[in-house]
Amino acid sequence: MNAAKTYEKVAFFVLGLAMLLIVAPIIMTIAYIVKNGIGAISWEFITQAPRNGMKEGGIFPAIVGTILLIIGTMLFSLPLGILSAVYLVEYARDNLFTRLIKLSVVNLSGIPSIVYGMFGYTLFVLFLRLGTSILSGSLTLAIMSLPVIITAAKQALEAVPASFREISLSLGATKWQTVRYCVLPHAVPGILTGTVLSLSRAAGETAPILFTVAAFYLPRLPHSVFDQVMALPYHLYVISTQVPNMPMKLSFATGLVLVALVFLMNLVSAILRAHFRKKKQW
Amino acid sequence: MARKINEYIIESCIKLSGFLVIIFVFLIFLFLLKDSFSLFGVYPIGEFLFGRNWLPISEPPKFGIVPLLLGSVYVTVGAIIICVPMGIASAMFIAEVAPKSLKHVLKSLVELLASIPSIVLGFIGIVWLGPFLRNTLHLATGMCGLTGSLLLAFMALPTIISISEDALVAVPNTFKEAAYGLGATRWQTLWRIVLPSASSGIIAGVMLGIGRVIGETMVVMMVTGNSPVVPKSILQPLRTLTATIAGEMGETVSGSEHYFALFAVGLVLFIITFMINLIADISLRRARR
Repeated sequence: MNAAKTYEKVAFFVLGLAMLLIVAPIIMTIAYIVKNGIGAISWEFITQAPRNGMKEGGIFPAIVGTILLIIGTMLFSLPLGILSAVYLVEYARDNLFTRLIKLSVVNLSGIPSIVYGMFGYTLFVLFLRLGTSILSGSLTLAIMSLPVIITAAKQALEAVPASFREISLSLGATKWQTVRYCVLPHAVPGILTGTVLSLSRAAGETAPILFTVAAFYLPRLPHSVFDQVMALPYHLYVISTQVPNMPMKLSFATGLVLVALVFLMNLVSAILRAHFRKKKQW
Repeated sequence: MARKINEYIIESCIKLSGFLVIIFVFLIFLFLLKDSFSLFGVYPIGEFLFGRNWLPISEPPKFGIVPLLLGSVYVTVGAIIICVPMGIASAMFIAEVAPKSLKHVLKSLVELLASIPSIVLGFIGIVWLGPFLRNTLHLATGMCGLTGSLLLAFMALPTIISISEDALVAVPNTFKEAAYGLGATRWQTLWRIVLPSASSGIIAGVMLGIGRVIGETMVVMMVTGNSPVVPKSILQPLRTLTATIAGEMGETVSGSEHYFALFAVGLVLFIITFMINLIADISLRRARR
C-alpha cells in the first residue's frame, strides 16, 4: 500500500512538472513581448503612419486595416453562420443533405489557413475580379471563420430547452416565429461568445490575407472596400523578415499591439459569457 | 397569406445558407483539383509525387514534392513527440490533480496561449528561440526544423489539452468510485480507469492538434530556414508544404506551370488535413456515445 502511495506521489509530481513546463513558457512569452515592446508604445506609434521605409513612425494604417477586416469578416460570416446553424438544429432532417453540411463544417475547420489564402486569391481576387482588396480579404477570412461560428451557434441553439419550442408552437406560432422569438434570443450569448473568439483568431491570421488584401507598405487609409490595406499580422511579418536593420523595439511594439488586440477580444468574449450565464433562467 | 410567403422566403434563405457551406468546400476542392490537373497535363504526376528535387525556376523546372513532404513530416513528427505526452499529462493534471482554484487559472492560461497569433510566435522564434538553440546546441543555424517543431508543439498544446481535459472530465464518476471502493489509489484509478475510458476523446484532441501543426504556415516559413532540399536531420534548414505555397505564390505568374504546381501542393495538403480531421471527427463521435 505504501509503495502504491509513493508511486502516486511520483506520478502526480511528473504530471505537475509537465504542466509547469507548459505554463512557464506561456507566461515568459507574454512577459517577453510586453517587456520589449512597451517602451516603444506611444500615442505617436498608435496614431501615425509608418515613415522612412517603416523604420520610424507608427502603425496606424495597420491597426485600421485589421479592424476593417474584422468588421468585414463579421458582416459576411455572422449571418451565414447563424442561418446555417439554425438550419442544422431547427430544420434539418437526418438525410444526405444534412450529413453533407455537417461533413463540410468538419472539413472547413481543418483546412490549413494558407489553402484558404490560395482559394481566396483564385476565386475572389482573380475569378470574380475583386482584386487584392478589403472585400477579397474579408470574404476569405469569413469562410475560414464559418466553421467556428456554426459550431458555437449550433451548441447555443441546442442548449435551448425543447419545451420553449413546444409552447410557442402550441400557441399557433409558425416554425420561423418560434425560432425567431423563442429560440434565437436565448442563444444570442453563446453565439456572441463564439463569434468574438473566431474573429479574434481571424484578426491574428496572416496566411489567408497574404495574397488577398495585405499591402506591404501603404501609409494611407483606404478609400473603399476595393482598396488594399496594411494589417497588423502581415506588418509584423514584413518588418521582422523583409526589412533589414529594422529597429527591434518597433517590431516588439507591433507584436504587443496585436497580442493586446486579440487578448482584448478574448476578454470581451469571456465577460459576455460570464454576464449571460448569471442571467440564465433555466 | 403574406405570412406564409414570408415564412417561405426565410426558410429558403436558411436552407440556402446550409447549401452555401457545402458549396464552399466543393469550390475549394474544385479549384485545387482544376489547377492541379493543369499541372499534370504538362508535368507527369509520378515525377511530382516522387521527384526528389523542387527547383521551380530552373530550366527545365522540377516540381518534386518529396523534399517538401519530408520537411512537413520532420517538423510535424518532432512537434508530436513533444506536445502529445506533455499535452495529455497536463490535461490529466488539470482534470484530476489540481485543486479547483488552480484549475481555473491553468485553463485560462492555456486559453491565453491559444489566442496568441502564430505570427507573434514566429517572431519570437526569429529573435529568441532560434539564436538560443544555435548557441546551446552549437548548430550552423538556428533556423532549422527543431525550432519549428518546438514552436508548433507549443501552438498545438491548447487544442490537445482542452479536448483531452473535456474527455477526462466526462468519464462518469461511478467508474472512479468503483475503483476507489476496491482500494485503488487516485493515480491507479486515473491511469487504469479514467485514461482508457477517455481515450477516444484524447485521440480526437491529438488528431486535431496534429492537423493544426501540419497546416500552420507562418511560423514554419519564418523559422525553419526555407530550404527546399531533402532534409537529413531535424537540425537542418528545411521547408514544409505550407511554407512553399506562402513563399512562392506571390512570385508566380497566374496560369504558369509553377502556379499550377503550387496548387497541386495545396491539394496534397488539403487531402492530408481532410483525412486527419475525419479521424478526429470519428473519434469525437465515438467519445460522445
